[in-house]
Amino acid sequence: MTATTAPGLSKAATGIAGLDELTRGGLPRGRPTLVCGDAGSGKTLLGMEFLVRGATQFDEPGVFVTFEEQTADLVANFRSLGFDVAALIAQGKLAVDHVHVERSEIAEVGDYDLEGLFVRLGHALDKIGAQRIVIDTLEALFAAFDNTNLLRAELRRLFRWLRQRGVTAVITGERGDGILTRHGIEEYVSDCVIVLDHRVVAQSATRRLRIAKYRGSAHDTGEFPFLIGERGISVLPITSLALAHEVSSERVSTGIARLDAMLAGGGYYRGSSILVTGTAGTGKSSVAACFVDAACRRGERALYVAFEESPSQIVRNMRSIGVDLGVWVDSGMLRFEAERSSTLGLELHLAKLHRAVDEYQPQVVVIDPVSNLDTVGSKLEVRAMLTRVIDFLKSRQITSLATSLAHAGDRGEAPEMTSVDISSLMDTWILLRNLEYGAERNRVVHLLKSRGMAHSNQVREFVMSDRGIDLTDVYVGGGGVLTGSARRELEAKEREAAVAHQQDLELRQRALARKRVVLDAQLSALRTTFEGEEEELGRLLSEHLQQASRMKGDHDVIAQLRGHDGVTSGGK
Amino acid sequence: MTDPITSAPLPDDAGAETVCVLRLYVAGTSPRSTTALANLRRLCEDNMHGRYELEVIDILEHPELAASDNVVAIPTLIRKLPPLLRKVIGDLSDTEQVLMGLELLPVGRKQPA
Repeated sequence: MTATTAPGLSKAATGIAGLDELTRGGLPRGRPTLVCGDAGSGKTLLGMEFLVRGATQFDEPGVFVTFEEQTADLVANFRSLGFDVAALIAQGKLAVDHVHVERSEIAEVGDYDLEGLFVRLGHALDKIGAQRIVIDTLEALFAAFDNTNLLRAELRRLFRWLRQRGVTAVITGERGDGILTRHGIEEYVSDCVIVLDHRVVAQSATRRLRIAKYRGSAHDTGEFPFLIGERGISVLPITSLALAHEVSSERVSTGIARLDAMLAGGGYYRGSSILVTGTAGTGKSSVAACFVDAACRRGERALYVAFEESPSQIVRNMRSIGVDLGVWVDSGMLRFEAERSSTLGLELHLAKLHRAVDEYQPQVVVIDPVSNLDTVGSKLEVRAMLTRVIDFLKSRQITSLATSLAHAGDRGEAPEMTSVDISSLMDTWILLRNLEYGAERNRVVHLLKSRGMAHSNQVREFVMSDRGIDLTDVYVGGGGVLTGSARRELEAKEREAAVAHQQDLELRQRALARKRVVLDAQLSALRTTFEGEEEELGRLLSEHLQQASRMKGDHDVIAQLRGHDGVTSGGK
Repeated sequence: MTDPITSAPLPDDAGAETVCVLRLYVAGTSPRSTTALANLRRLCEDNMHGRYELEVIDILEHPELAASDNVVAIPTLIRKLPPLLRKVIGDLSDTEQVLMGLELLPVGRKQPA
């Protein structure tokens, strides 16, 4: 902080949300700051808030010099913003001087100066010991007086006088064509110039604030959206986050068991940002609802920002997949913030989200769908806004899940082309697709990326039933990825083929068995024949032997009969 | 000739002596303030002798009064009466223009004649 501001430059905090961050502490103390912008850009409010917060928060009384509005009108206008100007006036912390200069009532004859204005300012400052002053809109003087040269000299004197008095001044000026203020009063204010802008984009008003100049001090130079809400101005600085948020390695469940498994077995990182894209009807909200349901089960608070459906419709629809968000709403674990995206400008959405997060302190935020914001801003603006949302949520360690409608295929784009090109900002990107095959559409889920974890690269079929969401393996074959009934059909075919094969085998087995029976029969027949022959042969042999022995016996008998001498003569 | 013309722009003057209430805001004794006061005194005496009231307010002494009459420029001359507030700012060096600014011109033009 010390290095960003020149030595000796003291700052007066405005107390306006975000502005003190942009200016690194506030407006240059004791010097005039020019706030310029078109009619209705919030100059007067910025001035008044500077004084009211100065008086209430920093004990610095202030004077509001108005050239345009009656004091009573101012009091009434600011009451609606929660600023009790009348009470501050009564307490002597604020003084309002309405400088009314009616051109038609005045004739100029000879030389004059604006000493009357100086005296009035001086008197008002002295009366309450003011340290701050707002002059709104100084350029009204150009309409009141003819003598421009004299007026310019007096304005130069006025700014010199303000510096001498050492009051922190805010001078407002109407925006001119191509120049900061219509009458070029920026030439008298060299210390700090703030430009307010009020553009209407797609029927939504967008307010922006830019610090065009801040002598001797570092400041953020971009255009920052701001909004005028119930508590005054909130400027939304983006760079204050500076990508320095803490990261967690804790995992939180997606609410879908199989998806957790795909995310390296644990789910999302706490505090990470998840993008779920897909065409219409792919189940983006269902993924979001499961995530919310899981968070509430863990005892975490969830904020559901719905841009498309009413909370009751979401609750009803999610019951159809067995997720009852209603009980979480009733128990205060879940809060819905539903708003048509087109009803507010981007900044207001952003601011509402900030406020909801501040008030409710959720651990989980769902934005469904971010792509609807396209209707209220250009691609660049939406991206810038979402960057801020994501950074903001990350800085709070809030796990955020955003759904985005993709128009894949309409113009031949890859499904990875999201309508809001924010995927690069996100840590985890889940793509849901419809695959059309065989007269039906089936959902598949891809994990396109998940930073910092070894996630699955496989496609899963995404099946929703009244028991919730389940992911199943898809059939991956020669014909590509098959899902749904085609997958089931193919699986059935495969089963049939297996059965047929089995039957075939059985048939062959039986045939073989029969063959074996025949073979056996033949074998036994042959053996029977053989045995028959063998038997025959045996019989013949024994017959022969019997015959032989009988013949021998006969022979011996004959020999005896012939008087055998006991010598075998052999032979016959 | 003079009577119908003087009474025309001053319809409130139904025979009364006081016709014009003027208030001059000055800042101390600055040259412009001094010049304006001198010019105004002469102008009134010349044109409305006995028929005017002049109040001189020094805003340096009474700064709170500057806001009540919505004075921004100095010197500022205000015609409080007759009704319809008129203001002339400057050192009032041109008598005719002052009278025109105060819408008292016919008186100024005819009186010297």
